Amino acid sequence: MATDEKPPRTARTRLAVAGARSSTESVFGARGRGDRLGNRFFLAFLLLGMAMAITGLAAMIIWAIIEGSPRLSMDLITNGPSTLAPETAGYRPAILGSIYVIGGVIALIVPLGVGAAVYLEEFADKTRWWNRLIELNIQNLAGVPSIVFGILGLAFIVRSPLSLGAVPAAGAVTIALLVLPTVIIAAREAIRAVPPSIREGSLALGATQWQTIYRQVLPAAMSGILTGVILAVARAIGEAAPLLLVGAVTFVTSDPSFFGPGFTTLPTQIFDWARRPQEEFQVLAAAGVLIMLALVLVMNSFAVWLRNRFEQKW
Amino acid sequence: MTNNLTQEITRTPPRSAGDDIKEASGVYDQTDISVRPEEFRQRGPAEHREKTFELRNVSVSYGGNRAVHDVSMDIFHKNITALIGPSGCGKSTLLRSLNRMNDLVPSAKVEGSLLYHGADIYGPKVDPVQVRKVIGMVFQKPNPFPKSIYDNVAFGPRTTGIKGDMDDIVEEALRRAGLWDEVKDRLDDNAYGMSGGQQQRLCIARCIAVEPDVILMDEPCSALDPISTARIEDLMLELKERYSIVIVTHNMQQAARVSDMTAFLMVELTADEKSRWGELIEYDDTSKIFTNPGDSRTEDYISGRVG
Repeated sequence: MATDEKPPRTARTRLAVAGARSSTESVFGARGRGDRLGNRFFLAFLLLGMAMAITGLAAMIIWAIIEGSPRLSMDLITNGPSTLAPETAGYRPAILGSIYVIGGVIALIVPLGVGAAVYLEEFADKTRWWNRLIELNIQNLAGVPSIVFGILGLAFIVRSPLSLGAVPAAGAVTIALLVLPTVIIAAREAIRAVPPSIREGSLALGATQWQTIYRQVLPAAMSGILTGVILAVARAIGEAAPLLLVGAVTFVTSDPSFFGPGFTTLPTQIFDWARRPQEEFQVLAAAGVLIMLALVLVMNSFAVWLRNRFEQKW
Repeated sequence: MTNNLTQEITRTPPRSAGDDIKEASGVYDQTDISVRPEEFRQRGPAEHREKTFELRNVSVSYGGNRAVHDVSMDIFHKNITALIGPSGCGKSTLLRSLNRMNDLVPSAKVEGSLLYHGADIYGPKVDPVQVRKVIGMVFQKPNPFPKSIYDNVAFGPRTTGIKGDMDDIVEEALRRAGLWDEVKDRLDDNAYGMSGGQQQRLCIARCIAVEPDVILMDEPCSALDPISTARIEDLMLELKERYSIVIVTHNMQQAARVSDMTAFLMVELTADEKSRWGELIEYDDTSKIFTNPGDSRTEDYISGRVG
């Protein structure tokens, strides 16, 4: 009797034991073959992505060094451009133009971007439709192609109503408008990351809202805000398209001035050299790429140094 | 030097800051209780004690949902007043309405009359910033600023424009918070490097550096271990010689140990249980609340039968 009953019970038990064991093992133990394959495939995919990014960057830098190295000398920085003597031509007006434009951009985006971010995070009532509209627009503006801002700059800044003319200042305003959404979004994120308990603690001590923002929130958010500014400025340095539209004419031999007509920047100058057929100009363009990389590197390291100073300063 | 400091501080007594609020709201205290002896003002029969706060039918709601309903109570000068009750009974909401911290929540609305030394805190001309200068607050979770220990304490006096030698003010505040000996050699270190209990005492030091009249404490020990808790309780007993303290606590032993008066709040539900709010059930001397409560709900709560 008992033996009749036993086999099905053991079979059932064995099945249950196997099921229980395998499900426990699936939680703690080694994964199945399919899982392992999937993991490896995904890891390979990630490595491929990273490799492509690094290869692209390395290829560009190596190409620029190989191509441009014959022209690496002080001439490149101190001399103006010349079509007659490409072997001694340099980037002096373009470097100065770039510095003017970027300087103007930084002077504009830091106060405007931080101001807008502080308003949106600390003062704006999010239940009001106009504040939500502003937010939505800023996010959309961050994705607008740069050439559109170039047309805007040409229509409203170079010509009336601002009528600045084709000067570095007009380029600076145009590029500032282009990167402002990036700065605002990054600064908002940095301000939002400051815990509310800091604001409460400050207000509970009898500080006004302005004192709380100026002396607690902004210092705590400063390193995040600077990160946003670094990214925006790095993008601004490389912009050529909108500057071409607002009059960064590509062949200027004299030093520019901030409100004087006729200026060029590094990307537009490189563009001008690169489209010429002669071999000398190709070399010059590659050397220009190296100057630009060096400029970006210097500016970014300065910004990173500044950010670390803010992070350590209590 | 220390004498100069105490003179400096007593020259601007917290009462004068309260007078600002009185003038702003146009209400003046009619009865001059300052002539009564200090001890009598603090520990005498309730009707003769000096009132710091008078709450009459105070209700607080968030966007139409009542959080606290119809609370009437007096909070006395240089007493420790404990607010106890289960979660969601509105203790913290009530506490935060005492120094207008609820203003930070746009949907919050306070009804009824809430007088501070006879002046309406919610009067039309009263600046909440002035209220918070006189009525300080310590929060549940220690929230030091991401600055040095020194700057944490100096922030309040600097922003509120307290005159005097800042080093002395900082030292005095840290001494009164019982923290000076532990931190005097590392005043320039980041406050986040301190232990939780030290951070909370730093928050108390920061609060008393602006010379308030009242200190509100919202569960100040709930994130701390028993030793740190005991230190803060000792500190409260020292501080009540100078300040009125209102403390919200979940810890009934703590309320029994430190407070002079205890208010018990309870959650009330509508018949369909769709909305809930807090109500003041009983408010009396702490000894009476814990030995001979007048309401059976208080007795059930403190004896652990509910809640």
